[in-house]
Amino acid sequence: MVKNFLFAGASTLAFAAPAFAQTEIEFWHAFTGRLGELVAEQVETFNGSQSDYTVVATHKGNYSETLNAGIAAFRAGEQPDILMVFEVGTATMMSAKGAVKPVYEVMADAGAEFDQDAYIGSVKGYYTSSDGNMLSLPFNSSTPVLWVNRDALSEAGINPDVDLSTWEQVGDVLGQLKEAGSTCPMTTAWQSWIHLENLSAYHDVPFATQANGFGGVDTELALNGEAQVAHIGAMGEWAQDGKFIYAGRRNEGGANFRAGECALFTESSAGYAGIKAEAEFDFDVRPLPYWKAVADEPQNTIIGGASLWVMEGQTEEEYKGVAAFLNFLSSPEIQAKWHQDTGYLPITQAAADLTREQGFYEANPGTDIAVIQMTANAPTDNSKGLRLGSFDQIRGIIDEELEAVWSGDKSAQEAMDSAKERGDALLRRFEQANR
Amino acid sequence: MRSGRIFMEKRVTFKGIWLPLLLVLPQIVITAVFFFYPAGQAIYQSLFIPDPFGLSMQWVGLGNFAFLFSNSYYLASFATTAIFSILVTLVSMGVALYLAVLADRLIKGSGVYRTLLIWPYAVAPAVAGVLWLFMFNTRVGVVTWYLGVLGYDWNHVLNGEEAMGLVVVASAWGRISYNFLFFLAGLQAIPKSVIEAAAIDGARFWTRFRTIVFPMLSPTTFFLLVVNIVYAFFETFGVIHTITSGGPQQSTTILVYKVYADGFVGQDLGSSAAQSVVLLAIVGALTIFQFKFIERRVHY
Repeated sequence: MVKNFLFAGASTLAFAAPAFAQTEIEFWHAFTGRLGELVAEQVETFNGSQSDYTVVATHKGNYSETLNAGIAAFRAGEQPDILMVFEVGTATMMSAKGAVKPVYEVMADAGAEFDQDAYIGSVKGYYTSSDGNMLSLPFNSSTPVLWVNRDALSEAGINPDVDLSTWEQVGDVLGQLKEAGSTCPMTTAWQSWIHLENLSAYHDVPFATQANGFGGVDTELALNGEAQVAHIGAMGEWAQDGKFIYAGRRNEGGANFRAGECALFTESSAGYAGIKAEAEFDFDVRPLPYWKAVADEPQNTIIGGASLWVMEGQTEEEYKGVAAFLNFLSSPEIQAKWHQDTGYLPITQAAADLTREQGFYEANPGTDIAVIQMTANAPTDNSKGLRLGSFDQIRGIIDEELEAVWSGDKSAQEAMDSAKERGDALLRRFEQANR
Repeated sequence: MRSGRIFMEKRVTFKGIWLPLLLVLPQIVITAVFFFYPAGQAIYQSLFIPDPFGLSMQWVGLGNFAFLFSNSYYLASFATTAIFSILVTLVSMGVALYLAVLADRLIKGSGVYRTLLIWPYAVAPAVAGVLWLFMFNTRVGVVTWYLGVLGYDWNHVLNGEEAMGLVVVASAWGRISYNFLFFLAGLQAIPKSVIEAAAIDGARFWTRFRTIVFPMLSPTTFFLLVVNIVYAFFETFGVIHTITSGGPQQSTTILVYKVYADGFVGQDLGSSAAQSVVLLAIVGALTIFQFKFIERRVHY
């Protein structure tokens, strides 16, 4: 017992000793499993690359839990230096003036090199202020694509190379799959993100007024527009006909697709690692379909994922360390590796170019679809991203209303009108809280 | 009058106020720190719309309550909560009573049964939720598969009634053990002589149960009723969270889940606090009602 105690004491000292000379940077994130290991690897590489700072990465639960941990810590005056916040928490963080220190300011104060133009516009756009300054550093970003089980198409007597660029074409294929006896022609993950938020951006129609909330907190939802209602209406019909199988609010549908049950699957480009590891069938990646009837050409899709926010109230020395760490994460080599390991989008053009030079896209066909789809066009007010308060809750409302459509309880128009009305009530509360 | 005096003198009485106050002080301190203070905070916060980081607060008076009660979805949540709580209480107490009656009649091996029946109580609600979710998973669940063989298409992801059934079963399951323990103890405390006398008079099992056992068990039943309703109201949150997240649509959004969702997912602390106050009032009223009206029918 005494021996153990002494040993424990000695080992603590041994670990603590070098920390005296180094500034510790606390980094709270939401990653477990393979992604957690990759984050740990990045942190280790950084810590090994210099001797002034030590980044201590801590897993704080899922996205919501990590955000809550950060908020609770700030209230107690114990906030970390860097907090990972998912994209729907962006408006909450932006409004928290006095709790967060914008990334461009951190970089300027630390005298660090920081070229905001090096970052890919449609990725950083989600996290920049209206005057173009980056408030947080995009960390993991992905965008929805269409995953195809080629074997399932062949079995149903459909050419696996069939054109699936438009929803009209997808509709025909779903009909053929159903006739051939498929139990799950199509499923989806993250229904609000893919079938409303991205659908709106992709067809260049507003999801909310005030440039999707970028223009101010007095924004209102516009998701009951013609394009959205038509799409949800079509999906609702497919659900009634057994052509679209609803599996759950998050990415539950992924299990069905990876098991080979579903032919088509709309899911994040970051689903790549899991599908590659588990799928025992021939699959490929296609761009997210669009409605030819609504737009001749698709605009661009928007991202999902998380960014890193720097918290207020730390020492100057720590901010210098934070600046160094964020620059390290943005460096082409680290970014290119992250992009290739995870399927998340690269955040800088240099990292995308490096990946291409390394021959990754040739060796892994389809992995560049997401990058192309994101960067095909310069983002408009409708496709820059979304900045809505209480957005996590609004997504919950949208989930509920969509479930009513899938089960046939409501028409698409009724459901979207109701989602707007309920969501607007929350937006007004957010406006009031942040006046 | 005289007998009353004698009765009074038998009681331990204290002179003055300080000593009795000192003796109840620990309990009062604990109640104040762990109950009155947080409850007071909730009431205070329910009058504001704060921002999540605590940087600013807006006084809205009863605005949070007005916002809640003008929301038809919040009002619908009351009905959902009532249905859910009644079902959980009925299922968990009914099954527990049935098992306790069976175990009480057992002579050999009753210890083994008792131990086995207590196990589910050790499983945390969230874990219980995951277990049941696996069994009823719409694609890979074993129960779903058997139901499919029987020709029933189980889909709690879109069917509200099935979702409600699933969360009720998952919530009641762990609770059966707890109730079973109390019912068994209650049954064993009933004097065997009373039951034997009835048996000699020709009363069958069911008659004995209805006229003797159940009435004599009423203190236990009453206690469990109060405790189980409080459980269904407050502690079932983990099960709902892991199985349905309140869906499909809002068919399993009970009040306490909404407190969590608005407070910790939506960071709307004002509304969340107001909902806690409402919940506090409901459970308080319910408990008073139970003690006033149902306890009258309890035979101690």
